[in-house]
Amino acid sequence: MNAMSLSASIETSSPDRDAVIEMINVNKWYGAFHVLRDIDLSVARGEKVVVCGPSGSGKSTLIRCINRLEEHQAGKIIVDGVELSDDLSSVDEIRREVGMVFQHFNLFPHLTILENCMLAPVWVRKLPRREAEEIAIQFLKRVRIPEQAQKYPGQLSGGQQQRAAIARSLCMAPKIMLFDEPTSALDPEMVKEVLDTMEELASEGMTMMVVTHEMGFAKQVADRVVFMDGGEIVEVNEPQAFFSAPQHERTRLFLGQILR
Amino acid sequence: MSNAPHIFVRQTSAPVRVPPLSERGIAGWMRDNLFATPLSGLATIACILFIVWITPDLVRYLFIDAVWSASNGEACRAPGAGACWAYIGRKFDFFMYGSYPRSEVWRVNLVLAAGALLSVWLLWPDAPGRTIAAVLFFAAFPILAFGLLTGSSPFPKALLPQTPEGQIGVTIALLMALALGFTLLSLGYRLSGIALTGAVLWFVVGAVWDSLGLQKVGTELWGGVFVSLLVASVGIVFSLPLGIALALGRRSQMPVIRFLCILLIEFVRGVPLITVLFMANTMLPLFVPQEWSPDRLLRPLIGVALFASVYMAEVIRGGLQAMPKGQFEGAMSLGLSWWQTMQLIILPQALVLVIPGIVNSFIALFKDTTLVAIVGIFDFLRAVDTQRLDPEWAGPTISSTGYIFAALFYFVFCYAMSRYAQMMERRHAAGRKR
Repeated sequence: MNAMSLSASIETSSPDRDAVIEMINVNKWYGAFHVLRDIDLSVARGEKVVVCGPSGSGKSTLIRCINRLEEHQAGKIIVDGVELSDDLSSVDEIRREVGMVFQHFNLFPHLTILENCMLAPVWVRKLPRREAEEIAIQFLKRVRIPEQAQKYPGQLSGGQQQRAAIARSLCMAPKIMLFDEPTSALDPEMVKEVLDTMEELASEGMTMMVVTHEMGFAKQVADRVVFMDGGEIVEVNEPQAFFSAPQHERTRLFLGQILR
Repeated sequence: MSNAPHIFVRQTSAPVRVPPLSERGIAGWMRDNLFATPLSGLATIACILFIVWITPDLVRYLFIDAVWSASNGEACRAPGAGACWAYIGRKFDFFMYGSYPRSEVWRVNLVLAAGALLSVWLLWPDAPGRTIAAVLFFAAFPILAFGLLTGSSPFPKALLPQTPEGQIGVTIALLMALALGFTLLSLGYRLSGIALTGAVLWFVVGAVWDSLGLQKVGTELWGGVFVSLLVASVGIVFSLPLGIALALGRRSQMPVIRFLCILLIEFVRGVPLITVLFMANTMLPLFVPQEWSPDRLLRPLIGVALFASVYMAEVIRGGLQAMPKGQFEGAMSLGLSWWQTMQLIILPQALVLVIPGIVNSFIALFKDTTLVAIVGIFDFLRAVDTQRLDPEWAGPTISSTGYIFAALFYFVFCYAMSRYAQMMERRHAAGRKR
């Protein structure tokens, strides 16, 4: 039976781990274009997964499906025990628990950094303002920009803006953090400060899914690396093996192009 | 080029100097702004010549030869006389209030003064207690203005108790509602507390209003500046929220809502304001029973507000479309609902972006209020227009004096709106400059 085989496949893909994100046979189309093809992936609590691949391979689409910024048309996505469906309350529930950091920061330019950080705790978690402010300042200290709290996003450097965006997500106390090419829009000298912040977050045990071209970060931080090409997952491996002995030909081609 | 060394290491820093004289001071400014090119220089000279040519005549007509005081048109009809300001002074009351009974104009003045005070309080960016100002301006002020201007009770007559038993029952209900209102306020439910207390006050004011013994003044006697300001402010106050609602509706995912909004916007925008006014005037009464037929002033008010709203909707839609997709995604990824995203993220930015367009619409609306004269409303321009034929004053300079005065009135208000908008734009831009 179909249901039987499905549950069996889940158990084999995550035998003893506490899976917090499960994607089962996920498919997505943009019109006639098949962007995600038979995606099966499960991420354990506390695991750090780096997703890489050539541009247009569907890696951003993949992680954007996890908090419903994109809708998948077939298959199942289960986040922290809640299945994503057309039911809006399930989407709201998942978005509250999943933080996201974008390539272009997407800070709100009409609010100060502090207000950016307080917004969701106050309006979504319904925390009193005092408490939200304390939380915001605590996280701004952790990303090391407490002195920027009263400034507007436009007055900060790119690296500071991205760290503010990370703090903004953390203020919602998410269980999972998604990063969609967090350093791609940054000037080279600012990449490190953002990666350092992310590494720190990883060392604290946060579950992270990171789409990035920073292979150094993948080697140091990732538990597993997922390589995507043409809308499908081509290879999943531990970073050591992934970089030293890629199995699939397309993986070797890709790594050959970006690492020289 | 040939002397430049191939390899170079700076030993001393290059000094920072002031710019050359041609870049600063009055001469530099004039060269940059007035005589940058030969064409620009010619234009500057032509403008100076025009000003020199027009100014003496204008000053003579408006000030030196002007008649400042006279009891009738005799002095103004004298050859060589300039603007007849005495006529404006004599007719000032009529221009302000139309045919509103002279003994009662204090009521209009009270409304105008309260309106001016509240709008300054509301629009002043750093004023304290602007929430209070908003409650007073948008709730208390319209109710009191209605009561004062018409002289009739601002609470619907049909809903007031007529029998003694009813009055007792209602009094008890009111006291309970008031107690509940204060309880809500003390518990921190400010919005519902204020609304409930306000409703009770509204009822009480409405019930005792007739015992004030104010003379009832029908809208057929209203006229002049205060009617122009009334039409304009109703249009402005309603067009912004209605425009936002229509703009959001037009971008809605729900096909029925989107279709209805498009229909309304395209239909009202596709016909001239005069047509909308005529339709409001003749068709609105057809849709409702005779006794509910809207007042003759209310009909054009609805027409003007509707017309202004659809233009506002398109201006605001432009702002919504300019918002990057990332702002929606940032808000959604934090778990904000659609309403919260609109209210907290999208609209505050989109509205600031289209301040020039919004003010453009307000200014156009302010001047379009003159068209209500077509459906028999005695607005300011119409008041000026009728009085120039008064036989006691009629003369060669009367018409132009009246129209200059009218132009001055419209210019002062429109320019004030424009300046206020520029100030707000600068304030909103200041925090976000890179």
